[in-house]
Amino acid sequence: MIVLEKRPQPSRAWSMATPLVAVLATMFFGGLLFAALGKNPVEAIGTIFWEPLFGEYAFYYRPQLLVKGAPLVLIAIGLSLGFRAGIWNIGAEGQYIMGAIVGAGVGLAFYPMEAFYIFPLMVVAGALGGWAWAMIPAFLKVRFGTNEILVSLMLVYVAEQLLASMSLGLLKNPEGFGFPGSRNLQSYGSAHNAELIEGSGMHWGVVAALIAVIFAYVLLNRHMTGFHIRLTGEAPRAARFAGVRPARLILFCLGVSGALAGLAGLFEVSGPSGQVSIDFNVGYGFTAIIVAFLGRLHPVGILLAGGLMALTYIGGEIAQGSLGLPAAAIQVFQGMLLFFLLALDLLTNYRIRAARKEVA
Amino acid sequence: MKFTSLLATAAMALGLATGAMAEDKTKVGFVYVGPVGDGGWTYEHNQGRLAVEEHFGDKVETVFVESVPEGPDAERVMTQMALEGADLIFTTSFGYMDPTINVAKKFPKVKFEHATGYKQAENVSVYSARFYEGRAVQGTIAGRMTKSNIVGYIGSYPIPEVIRGINSAFIHARKVNPDVQFKIVWAYTWFDPAKEADAAKVLIEQGADVILQHTDSTAPQAAAQAAGNVITFGQASDMAEYAPLPRVSSIIDNWAPYYIARTQAVMDGTWTSTSTWDGIGPGMVGIGEISDAVPAEVKAEALALKDAIASGAYHPFTGPLKKQDGSDWLAEGETADDGTLAGMNFYVEGIEGDIPN
Repeated sequence: MIVLEKRPQPSRAWSMATPLVAVLATMFFGGLLFAALGKNPVEAIGTIFWEPLFGEYAFYYRPQLLVKGAPLVLIAIGLSLGFRAGIWNIGAEGQYIMGAIVGAGVGLAFYPMEAFYIFPLMVVAGALGGWAWAMIPAFLKVRFGTNEILVSLMLVYVAEQLLASMSLGLLKNPEGFGFPGSRNLQSYGSAHNAELIEGSGMHWGVVAALIAVIFAYVLLNRHMTGFHIRLTGEAPRAARFAGVRPARLILFCLGVSGALAGLAGLFEVSGPSGQVSIDFNVGYGFTAIIVAFLGRLHPVGILLAGGLMALTYIGGEIAQGSLGLPAAAIQVFQGMLLFFLLALDLLTNYRIRAARKEVA
Repeated sequence: MKFTSLLATAAMALGLATGAMAEDKTKVGFVYVGPVGDGGWTYEHNQGRLAVEEHFGDKVETVFVESVPEGPDAERVMTQMALEGADLIFTTSFGYMDPTINVAKKFPKVKFEHATGYKQAENVSVYSARFYEGRAVQGTIAGRMTKSNIVGYIGSYPIPEVIRGINSAFIHARKVNPDVQFKIVWAYTWFDPAKEADAAKVLIEQGADVILQHTDSTAPQAAAQAAGNVITFGQASDMAEYAPLPRVSSIIDNWAPYYIARTQAVMDGTWTSTSTWDGIGPGMVGIGEISDAVPAEVKAEALALKDAIASGAYHPFTGPLKKQDGSDWLAEGETADDGTLAGMNFYVEGIEGDIPN
């Protein structure tokens, strides 16, 4: 008989090791899945993890990892602050959309004027858009005690409808022959979040993601607010005695995560994506939740996890194109990663032990 | 060295290498917006791909990536295909328009074909089908078949493509049944079985006994089947599993002849950038088998209309036609020009409600 025994202290070693073990387990069981689909598992896993980094066309894929990973990291950093304190913002996807709409809206309002201050204004507007959208669940929670999980999630669908409305109405390209979608910001110099060095994949969103990592690290380790966040998550009662004001913490955590998600949306819409369109959002806000947990809610961990997720996306596409793997198999593969991570997490807090048969 | 030229050089080097290795193997890539098993839009594009493989056998190699989001992901997938030596790439969703143009700039030697868009380039062709021709046939059957005189219409997005279909179906339903009314619900999705089923149920509750859809799933068919006494039409794909009732006919996108012709053109070196908008005549739009649930004389009427459109004897938008606000659009005998059709943003006279904006 096997029993689980709660550890007196969460195991630090397992906390560090589970992401790695989860990745290995995903590789193994993913390999079995690919084999069941009639593909060579070693080749498939190799394609997903090796090709984007060191393959023949790595010069193109490496920068793409930054493009794909930056919004994930930026959003996940914001989410991790709240998650640590037990404040669950599930609606980053909606805040991402709102950041893009508001930011792009500001840029388009200036069209076709060229000026150096347009892009900075868009950045501010993008952050504010995401922040304001996150303030709705925050305010409702503080004032009426509503559940922020439900409210923030439902607001994603509201934001999606608003996005469709904007693409078809207010922000529609007047020169687009009636087709949905805004003007392409890539061809509007002052509003374009271009690559800082051509071909490097580095755009302002990547810079912002790196700054956010450093900012979060300092906040959590060197700052009172960070201490309060950690304390609230780890020992809520102690936090109350320590004078943490829950309402302020809720507003802070949801506000920061909303603003960062909004920024991610703005950098995406003004850069790689280029336009506000009906299907602008592709799930970064939800994937970022996986990234946050995969990274152990730790800033540096999130940076690595964002890179790993980006790798599975890009490698997965390559595997689809060159090996004919179905898209659904890649999604199962990514799902496995979270599944194994959560399952193995058990080992951080519990130890497995063979129980002696006890005599009644 | 600039990055774009680096890309181009890599592609060229690769082009030379593969050219030497496999002199006559043409590589054709397909980018799909949905899964190949969606039973509608993407399914039919994939049928076109399979037809290319079957037609050319060993002389072609096809690759595809499915469920590719519109935007930077699409751009990356196209770049990947071009890097790996594709000679011709079909990008099969409207939202791939700007990404296609961007990638085409970096790979001047690779030919691109973008479905349903309007931006052409030296190496980018555009193609689409005149689905509204099929809608005319559908409208005729709908007008004849409805007993409640209420036809429900599930719209996806209020864009010219969809509005054109609504107008065409309405004009021809009214022609055979002056009392018919259209109720239009906007689902704001191309493919979402749950939303589509809800839309169908709402329309049926409002008395519609014919459901037309411009969305890609079979959910409205299932909803109609459950309700009983409601007829439907397959969209994009035949959806024959719901025949003979509720599905009485369908509009089928048949991309195979076009894909084969374009692949042939690349092989022959005769490919040029073109804009293609084909209908029933050339076979890009097919009308699915009209089932026995439709009376013989209605079927004959519908088929006669189909033949008239196919031969070019009849244009579905022939005057006299007025716009919804009562202003004149087409005079007696006048037919709509393609420019107006491509950007259509108004209802014709008789349709109730506004186009959401």
